[in-house]
Amino acid sequence: MTAPSLAAAVPPPGLDGLRREVREFLAAEIGAGRIVPRSDNWLAGWDADFSRRLGERGWIGMAFPPEYGGSGAGFLARFAVTEELLAAGAPVAAHWIADRQSGPALLRYGTEEQRRAYLPGIARGEISFAIGMSEPDSGSDLASVRTRAVRAPGGWRVTGTKVWTSGAHLAQAMIALVRTGPPEPARHAGLSQLIVDLAAPGVEIRPIRLLTGEHHFNEVVLTDVFVPDDRVLGTLGDGWRQVTGELAFERSGPERILSTFPLLTAAVDRLAARGCPDRARLGAVVARLWALRRMSLAVAARLAEGAQPATEAALVKDLGTRFEGALIDTVRMLVRVEPDLLSSDPLARLLAESVLHAPGFTLRGGTNEILRGVVAKALTRES
Amino acid sequence: MDDVTEALTASVAAACARYADPDANWNPRLWDALEEMGVTLLPVPEERGGAGGDLPAAVEALRVLGRHAAAVPVAETALLAGWLLAGCGADVPSGPLTAALADGPPDVLRRVPWAGHAAGLVILTPDEMLYAPRDAYDVEDGANLAGEPRDTVRLRDPGALRRHPAPAGAQEFRERGALARAALMAGAMERALELSVRYAREREQFGRPLAAFQAVQDHLAEMAGETLLATVAVQAAARRPAGLPVAAAKASAGAAAGTVARLAHQVHGALGCTDEHPLRHVTTRLWAWRDEFGGEAEWAESAADHALAAGGPGLWPLLTRDA
Repeated sequence: MTAPSLAAAVPPPGLDGLRREVREFLAAEIGAGRIVPRSDNWLAGWDADFSRRLGERGWIGMAFPPEYGGSGAGFLARFAVTEELLAAGAPVAAHWIADRQSGPALLRYGTEEQRRAYLPGIARGEISFAIGMSEPDSGSDLASVRTRAVRAPGGWRVTGTKVWTSGAHLAQAMIALVRTGPPEPARHAGLSQLIVDLAAPGVEIRPIRLLTGEHHFNEVVLTDVFVPDDRVLGTLGDGWRQVTGELAFERSGPERILSTFPLLTAAVDRLAARGCPDRARLGAVVARLWALRRMSLAVAARLAEGAQPATEAALVKDLGTRFEGALIDTVRMLVRVEPDLLSSDPLARLLAESVLHAPGFTLRGGTNEILRGVVAKALTRES
Repeated sequence: MDDVTEALTASVAAACARYADPDANWNPRLWDALEEMGVTLLPVPEERGGAGGDLPAAVEALRVLGRHAAAVPVAETALLAGWLLAGCGADVPSGPLTAALADGPPDVLRRVPWAGHAAGLVILTPDEMLYAPRDAYDVEDGANLAGEPRDTVRLRDPGALRRHPAPAGAQEFRERGALARAALMAGAMERALELSVRYAREREQFGRPLAAFQAVQDHLAEMAGETLLATVAVQAAARRPAGLPVAAAKASAGAAAGTVARLAHQVHGALGCTDEHPLRHVTTRLWAWRDEFGGEAEWAESAADHALAAGGPGLWPLLTRDA
């Protein structure tokens, strides 16, 4: 048995000061009415101006080296800043995917020219990315993607459909997982990552509206879209390994725990003022959140060392995303308020946002069923 | 884990394996080996007879002892009695010790761990610490769900006991006890998971191992998650062993213990419910330890009190203190 294992991390010195700085900045932004805290705002809150203000302060691309426009502060400093942004319910969607996923992938697999073309703009909060993985017939079974790239002079012609593509209607580029060769000798072979310019001819972007009517997701239809050779990311045919290498980063971050934290803040505010009818129920959530944060932090410390704690990251996401939903029910048991998206009472509004977004928590970025399968496979593997 | 702690936990594990006596409720041979290693007074300062270790190291040792369901009062000796005696400037005697809280002048103390086997008992009252050597009290045997001794103690002549001003308060005592139980639970959960994974791989039904069934895989993954969560929480709390961290670690570990024990039995089927199967050594302990030194309700209420005192704006700073 390969039991998952982690050690509680000791955060590097200096992060407390950084956290205070971010808190002061956010308090000023909220106080001036420039941003409004919302639940699940890393998915829902696209605010390019806010992202640029973060970029000016060096709070995007913190894990990029300075020669690519990053602050070089490192992965754990980035972790602290993103946690602060999420806890405050700040609108971070415009730079979220580029900062968390596309940027690090470019840093790891990209050519020098690709890095220079994209990373400084990402760090300034000016370039947004989308992820082109899922397809109409490929959800959890990602290796079954059918979007196909065929050889053309100087590059590739890409045809296929990507779905659930967050922010594609606002982003400049999409890193797409496509089939560039036959699925031989295994079905994971022949896949590659291409950087698709979303303004290129043949790219059609249609909204897939959430059940609230909000527009974050898209269907991206690619019809004979030309992608030059210099926009292949990493190694041709190595797409599967590259994509799965990103997963530990994608799965263990604070956004898998804190999506509904602004609701808890508002609820504690109310309960502190008016009394709490069931302290054990409230405390169970506070205790679990305290523990989940330490677990996420422990994975972050391993990632910062260059390890790939895939099983542990899957566990953080499984426990964390279920917690995000459980928090809603706890708040409903403690505070008598009807959810209302239009309410001037932040608690009623945050509750409404949380309830309506909750179904996505345990689906996006790998369903919890898939995650638990990953964990069980690691547990029962012959060793 | 640093190299020293790693070497220490390896030695503790080796001693537990060598002197294993799973059905005994007191394992003197294992105790002697651990005492020889310095584990039984690990966090007690060297000038008071201890090993001068820290709480994070002690927590790692307790995890190993929990994993092996070791019938020895290391938590009571190292984290409670030894700590209180050293805190008074008293030398710490050798042999197993135990400790208890009393609201006022003590006379009868209930559910005192291993009181009958201990060389002495440390009693913490609101303003005094008393030391009662074994010949100063009588014991009526009691037990927790795992059969570990939880005895009723009658002091023969409380007025004759050696007294010191209390070196710590009742809350601190309970926090250390809770942290120790949480660490033991983390270890016991690791063992329950290990046994479950092994059984799920070996046992075949419908021509496939249990581990091939998605419903069973789900149980194993759930157990792994809860175990890891409790482990990291305990390790983190050991570095700041007061207030919200301890409350959160004990409440989380207690909740996890219930889940892990339930699923371990579900995976094992009827076999796990028998006297001869080793699963019971850890599951009965999980059921006992989750309620010792305060159960989930008590520590969750404590966590809530910290959160309510911090208020809405203070909640996030409270959660992120020191990490």
